[in-house]
Amino acid sequence: MQLDAKIPAGPLTDKWDRHRFELKLVNPANKRKFEIIVVGTGLAGASASASLAELGYHVKTFCIQDSPRRAHSIAAQGGINAAKNYTNEGDSIWRLFYDTVKGGDFRAREANVYRLAQLSNLIIDHCVAQGIPFARDYGGLLANRSFGGAQVARTFYARGQTGQQLLLGAYSALMRQVGAGGITLFPRRELLDLVLVNGQARGIVVRNLISGEMERHAADAVVISTGGYGNIYYLSTNAEASNVGAIFRAYKRGAMFANPCFTQIHPTCIPHTGEHQSKLTLMSESLRNDGRVWVPHNPGDIREPQDIPEEDRDYYLEQKYPSFGNLVPRDVASRAAKAQCDNGKGVGLTRCAVYLDFADAIKRDGKDTIAKKYGNLFDMYQLITDDSPYEKPMMIYPASHYTMGGLWVDYNLMSTIPGLFVLGEANFSDHGANRLGASALMQGLADGYFVIPYTIGGYFAGTQLAPVSADDAAFKDASQSATENIAKLMSIKGKRTVDNFARELGQIMWNYCGMSRDDAGLKKALRRIQDLRAEFWENLLVPGTDKDYNKSLEKAGRQADSLEFAELMILDALDRTESCGGHFREESQTEEGEALRDDENFSHVSVWQYAGYGKRPKLHQEPLVFENVELSQRSYK
Amino acid sequence: MKKLAKTINVTLKVWRQPGPEAKGHFEVIAAKNISVHMSFIEMLDTVNEQLTLDGKDPIAFDNDCREGICGTCGAVVNGHAHGPQKATTLCQLHMRHFSDGDEIVVEPFRARAFKVVKDLVVDRSAFDKIIQAGGYISVNTGGAPDGNAIPISQEIANKAMDAAACIGCGACVAACPSASAMLFVSGKISQLALLPQGKPEAARRALSMVKIMDTCGFGNCSNHRECENACPKELSIVNIARLNREFFKAGFLSDEILPVDPG
Repeated sequence: MQLDAKIPAGPLTDKWDRHRFELKLVNPANKRKFEIIVVGTGLAGASASASLAELGYHVKTFCIQDSPRRAHSIAAQGGINAAKNYTNEGDSIWRLFYDTVKGGDFRAREANVYRLAQLSNLIIDHCVAQGIPFARDYGGLLANRSFGGAQVARTFYARGQTGQQLLLGAYSALMRQVGAGGITLFPRRELLDLVLVNGQARGIVVRNLISGEMERHAADAVVISTGGYGNIYYLSTNAEASNVGAIFRAYKRGAMFANPCFTQIHPTCIPHTGEHQSKLTLMSESLRNDGRVWVPHNPGDIREPQDIPEEDRDYYLEQKYPSFGNLVPRDVASRAAKAQCDNGKGVGLTRCAVYLDFADAIKRDGKDTIAKKYGNLFDMYQLITDDSPYEKPMMIYPASHYTMGGLWVDYNLMSTIPGLFVLGEANFSDHGANRLGASALMQGLADGYFVIPYTIGGYFAGTQLAPVSADDAAFKDASQSATENIAKLMSIKGKRTVDNFARELGQIMWNYCGMSRDDAGLKKALRRIQDLRAEFWENLLVPGTDKDYNKSLEKAGRQADSLEFAELMILDALDRTESCGGHFREESQTEEGEALRDDENFSHVSVWQYAGYGKRPKLHQEPLVFENVELSQRSYK
Repeated sequence: MKKLAKTINVTLKVWRQPGPEAKGHFEVIAAKNISVHMSFIEMLDTVNEQLTLDGKDPIAFDNDCREGICGTCGAVVNGHAHGPQKATTLCQLHMRHFSDGDEIVVEPFRARAFKVVKDLVVDRSAFDKIIQAGGYISVNTGGAPDGNAIPISQEIANKAMDAAACIGCGACVAACPSASAMLFVSGKISQLALLPQGKPEAARRALSMVKIMDTCGFGNCSNHRECENACPKELSIVNIARLNREFFKAGFLSDEILPVDPG
């Protein structure tokens, strides 16, 4: 099968303008005749719902939480990038584009990334107009700060709660449309299947998480924006409800999955303390602007940090990367921390942590200035660890945070299923093998506010859609099989809880398909996952009933998906024998231990097609063509 | 090192209620070998694992981000919304603040406007209805002026941010003797009224949001300041004063007419 990314012709800088002109329009009066389902209400889903309803489409919006305001975009702290060049440092759309392609280790599409950089500026303007309280300078203009992987200050922020403020902005816009009648809202629903009619995405089956009822919804197109799959690692910075379910069910219905092994490990999380732990808390990497990362020079030095004199400290990032220092990209910082801990230089209770020290910054700028920048993060750290970063260095360790892989989409953000659009973290398109800091919020909002409103119109204007109803056989069949699946989970009545399975799968994935991977480990993981999956279907214990609020049952369904999806991640990681971005294959590294790409053989997107339960999925490739940037080995020295 | 894994045993007296119409009761459940590094939510996880293995129904509770920002979790612990620790959501309340042998009373957020769904889970959709009534600035996507077109003083931006920090958890309602949602409503009204972009609709917004707040069944502000004390994001009641100012200004000085009840 030939994958057509539908990238417009012409020079890079004109592609999006040209494409918008070439996209057919839907007459304003006809828009109200179309119904669109949006699943997920994070930045991408909420902004898409609002923007589509503003245009006159009728939108049905579904979310898993009790309110759309609680989607996990809310937890993004640091900020959102834009190429405004307000700081006069020489930033430009081209530079943001280049940084993003390079940061992604040349595994993203040029055209998509350039569009993202172009749209970045519109996002800031729109969010200011929505009343987002961005940080300001004394003169009242918008403030900027620099962020991991960038040498210009282009990150806009609202204290340490940028994701929260941007999400609440999108949520407000969404609720305004709910009030205006353009959006019907369905909270506490979980997508269990995608329904295709004549090969087109025409609806969904969802489970009402309060009543347990199965519900069928038909529409003219389906937009999935349900985020990533980082929870596969069990301990991650994702929220409890973040899961691969929606995109995995779509994959099983024919939407191809791109680069599933591209996951991002975030370098600045609070280290874990024990078995009971359910999640890891991320500290914004903006902390690396002023914090200095170090470990003791000598392995096994168990003195308290304040008792370790300067000459016994190893500021390993500053040493190794003099020009970027503590601001090297996330994957580089993460692996460097792991290497220190593997060498016995880790600190803290579990010896799995490094210091992030603000003593010099406080001496230089004063405690007040530091508190103004990071006060809420410091408070959060103290709340969790009982230590004050003003007095003692923070301890940090990497954790799974974001997944660059996702459903394959073309330039219109449409998957390989006509009528199924995929936005935000759920798609694969913009971040290549590694995402730069402050770019996730940018992508979610670009997709939702400024891409889908045009491209979905182009789809409607050029597509024949037969009338469908949620009572059609395709819907009833999907609903029936989802019901049977639930009954199966309830009926096992084994001896192991779902959390127990999730923890074991997470450990397998973290050990063998986490920060670094190798052939033998991945193959071992594959066998262990298959065994665990077999045990899951024989020994799972789900309490309660399927007729009311039952968290264990919800999690069991997601875990069943994860146990299948994990295998896809492993297959992809096995197939990609190069290292790139967040995907580090032990076999492919430079003498200095840096990721070594293999452009000759892997300058492509790996796109997997479902072939049936237990069968090896079929691998397709979308070649990546670079006409505007020169592929270089990343170097942050 | 001082923080070696220490465990405690506590007794939970927890509210169990199978559904909105069912009668609820307190159940006594032992929570054993609880690490002091656990959050309250992780303690409930641990208890639920045991209940599940014992063939019993686990305690239903909402939670999501587990880092104090999504506003999903919440319960009244020993009489305090989100527990006794200041400026803390339930997921960030750590067991180190409890002692071995403690009895801990756990109840849902109670208010007429928040129906119990099951055990500690409540329905807070009334908050969405209030936002729907006016908690926004009416700008469509596209056409916004440059972000720097209107300078906003740092002071105003900071005040707006203080007001905007609300996570919509509902602790203010649960803590209020009359289950008022004034702190929640005032956060959004303040944020938008402070900013120049929000001024054109300020009058309509204040009237409309307050009206829906009333019809949702929330009580009146009784100046007890319990809301401020319980708020995990420390929203100040200065916002309520601002809400009142906006509301009176709208009532007396503007041409806005109270919107018709959308039902």
